Amino acid sequence: MTQMIPFKPGWAMRISDIPRLTHQALREELAAMIEQGARVVHYFGYMSGPRLRLMAVLGAPDGLLAAWAEADDSYQAITPQAPAFHMFERELAEQYGVRPVGHPWLKPVRYHQNWRQAPDIFGMDYDMDIPGAYPFYRVDGEGIHEVAVGPVHAGIIEPGHFRFQCAGERVLALEIQLGYQHRDAERLLTQVSGARRAVVAEGLAGDTAIGHGLCHAQAVEALCAITVRPNVAMWRSVALELERLASHVGDLGAIAGDIAFYPPAAFYGRLRGEFLNLLLALSGNRFGKGFVRPGGVYFDVGAQQADLILKSIQQLRPQLADVASLLFEAPSALARLESTGTVSRRTALDLGLVGMAARACGVDYDIRAMYPNEGYASSPMTTASAATGDTLARAQIRREEIVNSMDFIAAALPRAGQTAATAWDGREKPAREMMVVTVNEAWRGELSHCVITGGDGQIIRYKVKDPSFHNWSGLAMAMRREQISDFPMINKSFNLSYCGFDL
Amino acid sequence: MLKTIYTRLKQGYRTNAYPVADVVMPAPYRGRPMIDQSCPPEVKKLCADSCPQQAIAADEGLLDLGRCVFCGMCQRAGDGKFIRFTNRFELAVADPAALMTDGNIPDLAAASRAEYRKLFGGSLQLRHVSAGGCNACEADVNVLNTPVFDLARFGIGFTASPRHADGILVSGPVPRNMQAALMATYEAIPAPKVVIAVGSCAISGGPFNGSGEVSKLSHHLPVDLFIPGCPPHPMTTLHALLAYFTGKIPPSGQ
Repeated sequence: MTQMIPFKPGWAMRISDIPRLTHQALREELAAMIEQGARVVHYFGYMSGPRLRLMAVLGAPDGLLAAWAEADDSYQAITPQAPAFHMFERELAEQYGVRPVGHPWLKPVRYHQNWRQAPDIFGMDYDMDIPGAYPFYRVDGEGIHEVAVGPVHAGIIEPGHFRFQCAGERVLALEIQLGYQHRDAERLLTQVSGARRAVVAEGLAGDTAIGHGLCHAQAVEALCAITVRPNVAMWRSVALELERLASHVGDLGAIAGDIAFYPPAAFYGRLRGEFLNLLLALSGNRFGKGFVRPGGVYFDVGAQQADLILKSIQQLRPQLADVASLLFEAPSALARLESTGTVSRRTALDLGLVGMAARACGVDYDIRAMYPNEGYASSPMTTASAATGDTLARAQIRREEIVNSMDFIAAALPRAGQTAATAWDGREKPAREMMVVTVNEAWRGELSHCVITGGDGQIIRYKVKDPSFHNWSGLAMAMRREQISDFPMINKSFNLSYCGFDL
Repeated sequence: MLKTIYTRLKQGYRTNAYPVADVVMPAPYRGRPMIDQSCPPEVKKLCADSCPQQAIAADEGLLDLGRCVFCGMCQRAGDGKFIRFTNRFELAVADPAALMTDGNIPDLAAASRAEYRKLFGGSLQLRHVSAGGCNACEADVNVLNTPVFDLARFGIGFTASPRHADGILVSGPVPRNMQAALMATYEAIPAPKVVIAVGSCAISGGPFNGSGEVSKLSHHLPVDLFIPGCPPHPMTTLHALLAYFTGKIPPSGQ
């Protein structure tokens, strides 16, 4: 029996209903629940008046659990017992200047001054221009060399720093240091108008604009008691699947490109654009920006768009199958992908990996099946799985999810029907002293926003957790014992978000 | 090998005919705005108040293309009477003052500089720096290398080393943590060099305008070319590069 309060994603809950525990009780509770198979969804700080509270939200098979504790300047870290908390505790230390005692690798996450003028626990001088000027994990010994890459990379990619420790060709360890894209988005989300907040939310990670837009819209809907008609919800799920299709198709092309198999790279590259053009047909924007808004969708959609999408999918299906056959039946391609960049199921569970990267390791976790919301409530989603946890598994999961998403859209669209655009203008007033947690299966995996309102209904904390916040550690583990030359391909098989992590 | 050739035949030829033939955007696309300055002031105010980006100067009847994210809220608020977005994709300007627009966006080809046409008109290599973007600008710049746009046919490419580059193309609102890397990359490019700002973030801070961690690109570097959008459509970027560096593209594809 847990001391945490059970609730559902997308429910507005009174803050006063969430149990307060001592920090020690909270730590023991979290560790015990994780041991029983729960997942960490959020663990963050927020200011309740002058006092700092630590809020924990776990995911269990039948819903979410929450509890909070008041924070002292330092506390006993949870990470040694439950490694999935490692990045959450680092983030907490950076945002609020509280020290998790016993954390095995306490470093800045994004490199910024803490938000409450507490003494800096990392000993950094933020007037100095030094992202990256802190100790990295190092391996010493004869013949060991270090390779540093980034923040600016060779291609058209977001910035990040990768530090490899190598013995000859073999990578012993990879440390990934991000933060270069940090835009202070969480605090900005509490400062701007409602209409602007939706724009900022979509800009948290533009390749997940539908996912972040959906998390934001659901939170506003819960806090303002706005309902969404089931057929409109179906359109939102169709958009989420189009976003997944575009990303998976593009990433298969990128994987092909990174093993120098250029024909499928070119074909997939073009096919990705076809799905972006379908998002454009819905919203006027190739990333679906502006489509999902509280109350429904911002544009009139109906038979005309449904016909276009269904016809396009009918045409694209055999084209995608051809290219998949070209890539997945080429022995030279399989030889590169197979048994490369492997993450074990145990590691995936320990680190709390989410989404298709976790499913590739045999972790059966998909929000669309576990907490079906929106269109998935009435039109079930087939989830993909693999067991080997290697680059091939992550590629195959994508290949399978491409087919599943097209099947879903084909089944869902005839029921989506005609919808009128939401009248939302961003001027709604949220309910007072509430908390809502929204969770969606974005294409990278579990994406969650947690919004807390204060005494007059203003948003006092907007916590964002992109799936990449969990999964970057998975990429680091996947690189152990591999060659640097395989890094681009392994990296693309995860294709994690830098900006979604950096916020 | 045979399978690769067979698949290629089935996939077909996909490169668009631009700039020889025009590309027509589907109707939902919101591009170049049409602005009716003669509409009643109360409608202008309604539109300005609806704008999440505060991109509309109601009294002057102008729209800031640098701030605009083309969400369409103003068009709905004013029922299209003040601002209506057309499906023309030519949006880029060389003069920052032209970002505040009454709908008449100046001909970019006419603004191209003779020196740049001579140096870069036949071959242009750019170093891209992602400085705090949301990865949408990055993705839609990258897409120019796919067969549909096939940027290489114009002699334009993206290079890994700044030493090999003729200029820098920047997306994102330049967060504090990227300033040093951005400046180091710019310094490494041999002069003469061009600076291109892609997307509302790089031009104005975009959705992140107001955050204490970001600053627009023109605070750091002399920007030659501004490409609006959130993100700019690949055709907007393609038009901008061709018009500005060759001086040959018709102003709005009629």
